[in-house]
Amino acid sequence: MSDFFAFAVLFATLCAGLAMVLASARLFRGPSAQDRVLAFDTFYVNGMLLLLMQAMRTGSPVYFDMALLIALFGFVGTFALARFLLRGEVIEP
Amino acid sequence: MTGLELPAWAALPAGVLLIVGGLLVVIGSLGLLRMPDFYARMHPPTMGTTLGTGCVLIASMLVSSAVAGRPVIHEILITLFLVMTTPVSAMTLMTAAMSRAPKV
Repeated sequence: MSDFFAFAVLFATLCAGLAMVLASARLFRGPSAQDRVLAFDTFYVNGMLLLLMQAMRTGSPVYFDMALLIALFGFVGTFALARFLLRGEVIEP
Repeated sequence: MTGLELPAWAALPAGVLLIVGGLLVVIGSLGLLRMPDFYARMHPPTMGTTLGTGCVLIASMLVSSAVAGRPVIHEILITLFLVMTTPVSAMTLMTAAMSRAPKV
């Protein structure tokens, strides 16, 4: 049973890594700026999942805080970039 | 590899949820790469970021509860945060894309 769980964690880690590669391909290739922002959004969510899987592999509780911080600052970054594309300024005077 | 000894009631559902979540995340990112235009590209990563993240977070809750020996549900913070913020960023991004589209 523990072998099955180890295989599942390894499989999910490889899946999240492959998803990060695919999202970064769209990040480099994206024809417009909003495509790149969307690819960045997907990229940080996949990176957060990768950290959670690492937490399950090692059983260490410190990865949870990193995952929460990545979710927090990734949202701030995506929102600021989308706001910049929309208005030309992030914080309006 | 892991060094963790999990009981079967946690290892089996957590493994199944991890495999399902990993497949959903890959399908979402593949859709992001393969879809033809931006409005179609908005849709596939949403599945990965909501359903895939939900599966992985439930698996993480099961594992940390089994390791600690008591119910540990602090991963629900990440779930709540993603559920609250994903529609906001998607809506802002879609508004920006519509305002940047060439007028016909």
